[in-house]
Amino acid sequence: MSTVAPAVVRRSEKQIARRETMQQLLRSKTLLVGLAIIAFWVFCAIFGFKIAPHDPLAQSSSPLSGLSGAHPFGTDQLGRDVFSRVLAGARDILIVAPLATLLGIAGGTIVGLITGYFRGRVDDVVSRIVDAVLALPLIVIAVTVLVALGHSALTVIVVIGLVFTPIVSRTVRAAVLAERQLDYVSAARLSGERPPYIMFVEILPNVMGPIIVEATVRLGYAIFAVAGLTFLGFGLSPPSPDWALQISENYQLLNAGTYWWTVLFPAIAIVSLVVAINLVADGLARVLGR
Amino acid sequence: MTAAAAVPTITEPATAPTLEIKDLNVVYRVRGRDRQILRGVSFTIGRGESYGLVGESGCGKSTTALAVVGYLPSNGRIRSGKVLLSGRNIVGLRRSQLHELRANDVSMVYQNPGEALNPSIRIGRQVAEVFEIRGDERGLAMQKAERALATVQIADPKWVMARYPHQLSGGMQQRVVIAMALAKDPALLILDEPTTSLDATVEAEVLDLIQHLQAEFNTSVLFITHNLGVIAKMCERVGVLYAGRVVEEGPVKEILNDPRHPYTVGLLRCVPRGGARKDRGRLDTIPGFLPAINQELRACVFADRCGLVQDICRTEEPPLYQITDDHGSRCYFHEHAQELPRTTAANLAQPLAVDRSTTPLVKVDDLTKIFHQNGQEVHALGGVSAEIWPGETLGMVGESGSGKTTFARAVLGLITPTSGSVELDGRVLAGALVRRTKRDIRVLQIVFQNPDSALNRRHSVRRILRRALKKLAGLEGLAAEGRLRELTGSVRLAERYLTMRPNQLSGGLKQRVAIARAFAGDPRLVICDEPTSALDVSVQAAILNLLVDLQAAQKVTYLFISHDLGVVRYISDRIAVLYLGRLMEVGPSEVVFDGPHHPYTEALLSAVPTIDGGGRARIKLKGEIPSATTPPSGCVFHTRCHRKIGKICEEQEPPLLEVEPDHLMRCHIPIEELRHLQAEPRPASPESKAPEAKPAEATTG
Repeated sequence: MSTVAPAVVRRSEKQIARRETMQQLLRSKTLLVGLAIIAFWVFCAIFGFKIAPHDPLAQSSSPLSGLSGAHPFGTDQLGRDVFSRVLAGARDILIVAPLATLLGIAGGTIVGLITGYFRGRVDDVVSRIVDAVLALPLIVIAVTVLVALGHSALTVIVVIGLVFTPIVSRTVRAAVLAERQLDYVSAARLSGERPPYIMFVEILPNVMGPIIVEATVRLGYAIFAVAGLTFLGFGLSPPSPDWALQISENYQLLNAGTYWWTVLFPAIAIVSLVVAINLVADGLARVLGR
Repeated sequence: MTAAAAVPTITEPATAPTLEIKDLNVVYRVRGRDRQILRGVSFTIGRGESYGLVGESGCGKSTTALAVVGYLPSNGRIRSGKVLLSGRNIVGLRRSQLHELRANDVSMVYQNPGEALNPSIRIGRQVAEVFEIRGDERGLAMQKAERALATVQIADPKWVMARYPHQLSGGMQQRVVIAMALAKDPALLILDEPTTSLDATVEAEVLDLIQHLQAEFNTSVLFITHNLGVIAKMCERVGVLYAGRVVEEGPVKEILNDPRHPYTVGLLRCVPRGGARKDRGRLDTIPGFLPAINQELRACVFADRCGLVQDICRTEEPPLYQITDDHGSRCYFHEHAQELPRTTAANLAQPLAVDRSTTPLVKVDDLTKIFHQNGQEVHALGGVSAEIWPGETLGMVGESGSGKTTFARAVLGLITPTSGSVELDGRVLAGALVRRTKRDIRVLQIVFQNPDSALNRRHSVRRILRRALKKLAGLEGLAAEGRLRELTGSVRLAERYLTMRPNQLSGGLKQRVAIARAFAGDPRLVICDEPTSALDVSVQAAILNLLVDLQAAQKVTYLFISHDLGVVRYISDRIAVLYLGRLMEVGPSEVVFDGPHHPYTEALLSAVPTIDGGGRARIKLKGEIPSATTPPSGCVFHTRCHRKIGKICEEQEPPLLEVEPDHLMRCHIPIEELRHLQAEPRPASPESKAPEAKPAEATTG
């Protein structure tokens, strides 16, 4: 019958539509540039120690030498090759920041689903706690906790993750509030579904768009936070070739503008990574339509 | 509409018709290919004439309107043809010329007035802007704006001018939009579904207003709607659009009473009218779907769905046959169009007669719901009592804000009532859903209005139905798969749709999935909350038939909520009329429709434009529906009632009394007096008379 044709056509059009979303993503130049930079740093994080021309941790007899053929980015005060350290420095931050983000997204999603779905008193109480957390600067909370608990990579992950939880929960809650008005949620309740099923199986897949965008944005902030804490001495510890650690070890040498290479190149590395992540976040937000 | 329509008079040769569309072809570029949306559309609107364009969604009605004002979306293009506005071809005009044209000659009014107004600018400034664009100073423009608002019968223009759009009701917003559209005294006014989002009584007022203004300004009108009743009321001539082609065109009366194209015939048969009822036979439907946008149509566009189709229909495009001077049909078999065979047998199994001597299935007692909003109390339901017996359909009508949906949600337990109770088989149910037993949850189900939001867009049809079978019928594995086949078979949903997600399905198919879900666990009461109002009429007919079939087969009981009185009359055994959270009238369907009616029911019935036209004289209700935060004292209807008898209506709430056997009414006027009053012919209101003052040369063929 004639009804066969439209169905078949529609399905293939659906596939075309999905492909179009991909094409749309790939057409966005900012997103492509961002992805390329991130890919570069991820590659460095994995293979940085192997591809570096010098051992990033090895000290040499020529400390603080300027840019040269042997040392394109110069050496630091212990004579370590800055270029090699910049390549290898991607590793630790690209482990710590994504894990912290993941923790914050997971926690924020759960809290957001619960407060958005139940509203009422649960929502009121949690929202006030969220307000309180948001009132304090991230660094202040993090430093306080890290001093109290002692700092390690794990505590950094947990602290940043916990601080992100309420922030993420706000975004998720807003999306859930809109979603729970829809009739399919009422229909699920009328089938006798329990709240956990409704929240995680019915609602969650429909709010993934905003969550993915939020995760990308948070990752950028997480890198900032880890770098900031490391610079202040509460994050990653030597002898890691971490970028923020390099800056922290060398920034006193900036006096009178000498030895600038010890600080400038790791700083550029941090900036490039954060900017790249934000480019991707922008692109995703535009296509996935917040 | 008017006597003039039947007498073709010759326009003076010097004046060109207001709008003349000649062989218009419009394409949209989708995924790198041109898709034809309009296929050689031609029609003419004379000066002062009102022309209707009908068709189901996706037929190209709005595209036609957009082409006329040069507002096609960026991927749309006029491939060939002419659009002559007062003799001037607008195809190929430059941007600045189009701008001038829109500022002076054509106005357009859209379906949703809330979206047409800027939410952050006061009404006065927005209306004045129209005059400022035309070169008036600020002060003068404001004065003109006030006059314009008075023209659209806004009682207190100064007050309205100081408001923001969201502070006005939908009907008031649409008046403002119409005032803006008419402010420049356009030659052509295009109305795109102007009353579709409005309530029946408000719709009637806006339609009256448009008729009145059209006569006063002698404006030509292009009226786009899917509602044949509105066309019958508003237009002199009508074009029926299908798949981008005008398949039939002619005077409204001839098209509605003597249709000559199978599509028009089918469309008219889909609409429940003239007292059609489910026990007198199923509605006829149009089989199949609108051709897909990328389908090549070389011959007759309707051939795939036509019951009269012959070989020639598939190979050659039918020419326009002239039936009379101004009535044309694009069908080889136009003489036999009305012999179109029925697609559904008229007499299938009927629902069994209802036995009202038993215990009601559901008994609702004095149900009250007060919502708290921004510190104010909203009285959504003010003590509603009703009984529904096994196997019957209780229709529930009322305008938006009457509490229909609140009532449904409270019966289901989705919201907890403030007071009152819901009984099932004589047993009181818990107010909140979480306190009800699994069995009680399973027997009360619902089909929602909007199938888009009623189905989870991330789950496949199979997943949705399997889950419902698991939770409501306790079936899993092979047993569930078997029942799933039965279920999809009974709602006539082909198996290939099971793997799809809701957004891949059409509105009608989605609603079938929703119905299948509601029937997964053998429910006893299914609440249908406007289940067809988001659907086209041919799809609506199929869904209504399905609901009747299921009732005949499973003896299920329905609470059928709708604002469409024709639909409610078709499907209901009894009807309850709700106003501001109170039951005004309950009775057997025929009694409620035939009268004597409650004054509110009377007004509601008179407000609905019908295809058959005439019948009831319009009763104009005063003002707007009062706010539910402060319901009026006494009888809640007294502020708008045309039969108010005096102080008693303001001070005492009349009780809901059984005025005749099975017929309950809440009114201070005794039934005999109502019978007497409603038998008298009422003087027609000036608005409904106004169009007859139209000059005779208004219509030409």
